[in-house]
Amino acid sequence: MDSHHSYSQVKGVSTGTTILAVKFNGGVIIGSDSRASMGESYVSSKTINKLIQVHDRIFCCIAGSLADAQAVTKMAKFQLSFHSIQMESPPLVKAAASIMRELCYNNKEELQAGFITAGWDRKKGPQIYVVSLGGMLLSQPFTIGGSGSTYIYGYVDAKFKPDMSLEEAIQFSTNALALAMGRDNVSGGVVHLVVITEAEVKHVVVPGNKLPKFHDE
Amino acid sequence: MLNISTKTPTGGFSFENTRRNAVLEANLSEKGYSAPNARKTGTTIAGLIFKDGVILGADTRATDDMVVADKNCMKIHYISLSETFFTLPGVAADADVTTQMMSSNVELHSLSTGRPPLVAMVTRQLKQMLFRYQGHIGSSLIVGGVDVNGPQLYSIYPHGSYDKLPFLTMGSGAASAISVFEDRYKPNMELEEAKQLVRDAITAGIFCDLGSGSNVDLCVITDKTVDYLRGYDQPVQKGMRGGTYRYKPGTTAVLTKTVTPLPLDVVDESVQVMDTE
Repeated sequence: MDSHHSYSQVKGVSTGTTILAVKFNGGVIIGSDSRASMGESYVSSKTINKLIQVHDRIFCCIAGSLADAQAVTKMAKFQLSFHSIQMESPPLVKAAASIMRELCYNNKEELQAGFITAGWDRKKGPQIYVVSLGGMLLSQPFTIGGSGSTYIYGYVDAKFKPDMSLEEAIQFSTNALALAMGRDNVSGGVVHLVVITEAEVKHVVVPGNKLPKFHDE
Repeated sequence: MLNISTKTPTGGFSFENTRRNAVLEANLSEKGYSAPNARKTGTTIAGLIFKDGVILGADTRATDDMVVADKNCMKIHYISLSETFFTLPGVAADADVTTQMMSSNVELHSLSTGRPPLVAMVTRQLKQMLFRYQGHIGSSLIVGGVDVNGPQLYSIYPHGSYDKLPFLTMGSGAASAISVFEDRYKPNMELEEAKQLVRDAITAGIFCDLGSGSNVDLCVITDKTVDYLRGYDQPVQKGMRGGTYRYKPGTTAVLTKTVTPLPLDVVDESVQVMDTE
């Protein structure tokens, strides 16, 4: 196991992964699988948490090197809580995404992690921001990321509708993640979904045997 | 190149010699030699949470490429009085230094807070240090202990990522050991059953991995006691030799004997008086 981290292109344990975020009518859903891998062939954790809560209504999901992602989100959580105390109000989702972007951009040589920041704030409601590896910040109505995302671009492009209801959005996310986990060897485990609305944050876990099955399974 | 620094030395590792080493290595490889390797402890370590606490287990072989450098090394290290231990595979020197640094940092921290140390605190200090060195410190660890929040088990990888799980294995024999855990682990096991399971997992690593071997060490940590069972099991016994290669004096016959004296002449004589005042 110790030799694997020098062979793989991502350093150390990586969250070869599938992550996504979707805006629906009244909130956002952010979701991921739960597998962490070392190299291409060893699953170092089946139950890893990739949905990190950086504030009451703002979540981040992580992809790439696990060490870098954990360090960056810890730092961002601290800076965001400091910022929100100074502003005396809950932070904007864009503020959270900006903090992640500053960290990724200024340390782009050393870091190997990408993030999706999603949440709800009073100014603009539900929002989704992508902070990529080199520090690009982009706002989108839905987004997918991680190694497993390449297998579901077609699916999400075809099936996404703006202003879905909560049930439709949960079905959309679960299907997308299940399809990606079915094809990508470094994504798997259970599906973690977090539904963020103005009123509450709800964590939904779909275990492997309850995932939707498609024609060949 | 002498570099006399007037700054006070900062703590931590010094990477000054890495450039020199890189140049030396390039020169050596031109002539066909290779630089000496740091001794790695390819290993199997495992930990699990049982009803009353945590059990950590490790094998005891330290390897240097394909040679066993130490047949009975200690991989379970003690961190603090309040029952937090950790086990380390990885580069042996890194492991030793990491242990010492962590022990003293944890003691200072708990003196400063006035409270017994938490397992999560040890984990956080370790992971922050490893992340700072970006994986150049080649040790991965399992930290296990019992504190006010109950028994906990964390794994930390060389690049600084960590994981909190009910059972864990690390090292080159991790794949063999985790298969035993996956098959037989249940939450809230009794002590004897849990000890047997950890012993079996480490034994799987010892048999199925070349970098692990020798004995099984166990450490049972509960909120009241710590039991360091060094040499808990020796799954591989050294075989007994069937015959000997010793011959009685006189086995070889002497055919002829010739004595040639070597005459020695005195060439030079000098006396040096010692000043004894």
